[in-house]
Amino acid sequence: METLKFDLDAKPLREVNQFLHGDASLLDGKSVVIENPNGAHNIAVGLKSDVHVTIKGHAGYYAAGMNQLAKVTIEGSAGSGVAENMMSGVVHVKGFASNAAAATANGGLLVIDGDAGLRTAIALKGADVVVGGSVGSFSAFMAQAGNLVILGDAGEGLGDSIYEAKIFVRGTVKSLGADCEEKTTSQEDRKILADLLAKAGHSDVNPDSFKQYGSARTLYHFHVDNAGAY
Amino acid sequence: MCGIVGLLVRNPKMRDSIGELMLPMLIGMTERGPDSAGLAMFGPSVAANERKFSLYSGTADFNWTKLGHDFEKHLSIKAKVEPKVNHAVLTTTLEPDTVKIWLKEHYPQLHLLSVGQLMDIYKDVGTPAQVADRYDFKNFKGTHLVGHTRMATESAITPAHAHPFTAGEDWCLVHNGSLSNANSLRRKLQYEGIEFETDNDTEAACRFLQWRMREGDDLETALNHGFEELDGFYTLLMGTSNQLALVRDPFGCKPAIIAEHDDYVAIASEFRSLAHLPDIKNAKVFEPSPKEMYVWKL
Repeated sequence: METLKFDLDAKPLREVNQFLHGDASLLDGKSVVIENPNGAHNIAVGLKSDVHVTIKGHAGYYAAGMNQLAKVTIEGSAGSGVAENMMSGVVHVKGFASNAAAATANGGLLVIDGDAGLRTAIALKGADVVVGGSVGSFSAFMAQAGNLVILGDAGEGLGDSIYEAKIFVRGTVKSLGADCEEKTTSQEDRKILADLLAKAGHSDVNPDSFKQYGSARTLYHFHVDNAGAY
Repeated sequence: MCGIVGLLVRNPKMRDSIGELMLPMLIGMTERGPDSAGLAMFGPSVAANERKFSLYSGTADFNWTKLGHDFEKHLSIKAKVEPKVNHAVLTTTLEPDTVKIWLKEHYPQLHLLSVGQLMDIYKDVGTPAQVADRYDFKNFKGTHLVGHTRMATESAITPAHAHPFTAGEDWCLVHNGSLSNANSLRRKLQYEGIEFETDNDTEAACRFLQWRMREGDDLETALNHGFEELDGFYTLLMGTSNQLALVRDPFGCKPAIIAEHDDYVAIASEFRSLAHLPDIKNAKVFEPSPKEMYVWKL
């Protein structure tokens, strides 16, 4: 496979991103390596072809945001909003991720090997997120669809005001948010979890060691007793 | 927005180049804080019976030599004045209270930025690169420092409103964030006899910690009181004679990233400011948890 190298010490990020936004037929299947990212913001945002991008170091804010089709690997840590509003593709953070990872993501898979910050998968709309470490407080806040798998612990207010997203936690949960409750894992959900663990490189982890959380559905349906509140 | 940086050099051989190590850190935070910048530098100590006073004049044509002569003539005591553009460090054995009263009486236009045996403070308006260049930050030597780049959101852009702020000898604080109850804190603290120099929200946080420590709290207890009373978003970085301390608000609204290396500990709002530190690849880089106190000692 052809590999192209860009050094952000030598080339402005805007030019690298413009290259990555080029004609999909020319980019599909290509490998691109970005060296010296040095925490720059917006690396590899808005990709829309099946290109493989490897970021050799720490990325700043919004790395691989709005991703479609592309496979982006960050070999260091990621700043706030990694893979935010991702539509499809795969984003893999080998280090830790800061706040709001995969915020509002519609599709695709975000894998974080280390810890993730606060508000991970906030307003998730259908993507899958697998965190190898722990997540901070208010994760999966108002998450509508998709799956959040946490191999470590979760902070305060997990799944507050959650809709139909599913949360799987192997460690402890400091506290659950409003309207989030523990669920019994169905065979179907166990399969979703096992598949995600395999995709994220955690095939050795037993799906039965997780607890599942989801919506108690008392907040988001109209209830006639609350009519006076409107 | 605002940017914070902190650097504590563990390797004695690298302390003479602390200014050079710090410069890309401060400039790296320009986008977060382009309107003013400041630095608290903990350098070599003055003699045990001496203190240094960081002064700011506002104008570059201030006659610092005359100030030195006046000081020695009026108070019959030796004083060393080392000017740097519109800042100067005055070193004397006289008690701080006497110096403060004398300055207020004879040079009311001067701002007293800090008092201590180790710490000098420089702060001014301009981009971080301009401010660093103006005061020759690059050639500073010392053990640790606290720096700030400001994007003002709640009070005026003046050197006095720039960070760091101080709350006691060899004690300073910088802040990224905003406090929503700064005015009520200020009213409460003024009632306790705490004096304010500006209407800046960070100064309110700084004076709050000063008040708590005056009441006998150690830094950790004071910060725990801070978690209860400071309403808003903050990452606070503090410097004392022998340590740096960092806290983030319970909601983790404002960022911070830490690099711990055998040779140094570096703190910044974003990795961009740590990327060019020597051997950063082998540093332990991590994000501090909210509502937890991190302390590094010399």
